[in-house]
Amino acid sequence: MAQNLQLTSDGRLRHLLTLDGLPKRILTEILDTAQSFVSVGERDVKKVPLLRGKAVFNVFFENSTRTRTTFEIAAKRLSADVVNLNVNASSQSKGETLLDTVSNLSAMLADMFVVRHSAAGAAHLIARHVAPHIHVINAGDGRSAHPTQGLLDMYTIRHYKGDFHNLRVAIVGDVLHSRVARSQIHALTTLGCPEVRVIAPRTLLPRDVSGMGVHVFHKLEEGLKDVDVVMMLRLQNERMQGARLPSAGEYYKHWGLTPEKLKHARPDAIVMHPGPMNRGVEIDSEVADGQQSVILPQVTFGIAVRMAVMSLVAGANS
Amino acid sequence: MKIAIRNGRVIDPLSGLDAVMDCFIAAGRIVALGAAPAEFHAGMEIDAMGLVVCPGLVDMSLRLREPGLEYVAGLESEMQAAAAGGITSLACPPDTDPPLDEPGLIEMLKFRARSMPGPRVYPIGALTHQLKGERLTEMGELHEAGCIAFSQADAPLIDTAVLFHTMEYAASFDFPIWLRPEDPFLARGGVAHDGLVAARLGLPPIPVPAETVALQTILLLMRQTGARVHIARLSSRAGVDMVREAKADGLPVTCDVAIHHVHLSEMDTADFNPHCHLVPPLRSVRDRDAIRQALADGTIDAICSDHAPVDEDAKERPFQEAEPGATAAELLLPLTLQWGREMGLSLAQTLARITHQPAQIMGVDAGVLRVDGPADLCLFDPAAVWQVTPETLLSLGKNSPYLGHEMVGRVRYTVIDGHLDYRQI
Repeated sequence: MAQNLQLTSDGRLRHLLTLDGLPKRILTEILDTAQSFVSVGERDVKKVPLLRGKAVFNVFFENSTRTRTTFEIAAKRLSADVVNLNVNASSQSKGETLLDTVSNLSAMLADMFVVRHSAAGAAHLIARHVAPHIHVINAGDGRSAHPTQGLLDMYTIRHYKGDFHNLRVAIVGDVLHSRVARSQIHALTTLGCPEVRVIAPRTLLPRDVSGMGVHVFHKLEEGLKDVDVVMMLRLQNERMQGARLPSAGEYYKHWGLTPEKLKHARPDAIVMHPGPMNRGVEIDSEVADGQQSVILPQVTFGIAVRMAVMSLVAGANS
Repeated sequence: MKIAIRNGRVIDPLSGLDAVMDCFIAAGRIVALGAAPAEFHAGMEIDAMGLVVCPGLVDMSLRLREPGLEYVAGLESEMQAAAAGGITSLACPPDTDPPLDEPGLIEMLKFRARSMPGPRVYPIGALTHQLKGERLTEMGELHEAGCIAFSQADAPLIDTAVLFHTMEYAASFDFPIWLRPEDPFLARGGVAHDGLVAARLGLPPIPVPAETVALQTILLLMRQTGARVHIARLSSRAGVDMVREAKADGLPVTCDVAIHHVHLSEMDTADFNPHCHLVPPLRSVRDRDAIRQALADGTIDAICSDHAPVDEDAKERPFQEAEPGATAAELLLPLTLQWGREMGLSLAQTLARITHQPAQIMGVDAGVLRVDGPADLCLFDPAAVWQVTPETLLSLGKNSPYLGHEMVGRVRYTVIDGHLDYRQI
């Protein structure tokens, strides 16, 4: 059903809510379209007129600077009018429901909503209730999905590694609470990556994570052995001490990516991170800034990928 | 009013009676089965050809949302909905606003319920003051006011010592306690079964040990205190196995399950459908199948509707923020019949789980169809197909995972205390 919600009756992308269940054809189309947009950013006039006259509302019920900014840049490069709203501070605290907020914004003639919310499934709920011409792009819902992040990570992997069919990929860190990890796993398995690993203490893994088609490791050295791609996850501050982890220091000692640990991976392995990084917690600065790091290119590609998603969903109308 | 019910297929699950015959009612009692008593002049004749005539259903958990939550649903609408579901006796949990923790509230509720048509209402008193899990309620007074049992509904009872003492105190009067086993710490923040679907969707999980750890505590304290305990709303295979073992061991424990957990599983939450946000959570297919089997083999004694009307504003939210619960009073019969058909059980065996078995646990004279017994009857067409829509449901709660689905089996008449309280038009 989630799948049907995202696609038009003729199989085109109408909303982007999750990568779970999205066909390979669509993922590849987004990555190919993004490739054509990368060059836009390198031109003097960094604009194409694909969304001219369209209103894109960035509706963030949860704070974010980076994701919101990259969506804003992407929309502006497509010549859209952009409205940014931080809703957590205003109407929600007055008791307005999510759907009321969205109805009000629809009445302001939005064409596209980019939504971030702290509850899983929020973007699905909105997509189910908006008028047929309005598109919804999920910019992160609870622990559930962050599909454009997953897609930009796939773009980055394809850029450096060519394709997915011979790759070993390791995802390291707090998978349990991570919407990024879920989107990465769904994308990698759909695109045909033969071996996806997750590496974390048991307290940071969903109980049935292997049911998602991944191999589970608890020791970083073992999990990194011979991998082509290392995807680090951010450890939220509030997780660093408590019932799931004793301290940031112990986490770093066992699961922090240091140059020594990275040696277990293939020599040409790339290192990725969705940002913002906790240097000295999940990743050592020497690795973050090192030869194998592709963390900054990820950000650049992120704009092209978001342009691709916006232009494709807008094109589903015609 | 004297009523003659003609040519129905009369089923009494307790005695095993299953035959086409007439049924005669006078002064709130069943006065004869088969031949009419002498001098019987019916004021009303019901042609029950093609219908099943069975004892009115007995529902161990139906929320009337009164007092305090009348903006969601009210006594009148929910009593009508229950009657439309063939229910003639119901137990209502104490999670009203304020909770049912004072005799005055019980008396008012019973008085209000008696003043309108609909099922017999048996309140369950709050086990602790305000359901806070700290102080005992006046169980003796509450019992005198009409409470048939005591429970925390879905409110946590964190302090094990308080639980222990409530069981000791209730045991002094031999009052039954109904408990839904859930460890508040293991369940904290969770909204979905700790399984594959929650892992994929990123829903905060409730692990099975939240049920089994609490259940183990309850069973141990039962042995220690001799309290009569009924386990409400089992959800897991492991929980079912523990109850089976305890029963085999001779512990006088009973248990029920909510009707949705007989049919649905975590798979039904895969599209974030807030109507499938239930308490306890829908668990795996294996858990669901174990529940179906345990109902058939008698480990689980009863099925309840766990009817919980929720208004649209509270439901149309992201899954984890949506208020849990489903409207179910009018679906209890068709969904129970579906379970019985799928398990290959007779109608009498099927209906036992929603008639005399729950009545026996509640300790009320209901759920049986016999001469001199109360004239509480449900007449239903076992082959009628109907669609669940907001319009076909009389409950003000339209929150059902089954909206749009077709049901087989529909109540045509409900007789309560000798009165025709519902007739399907």
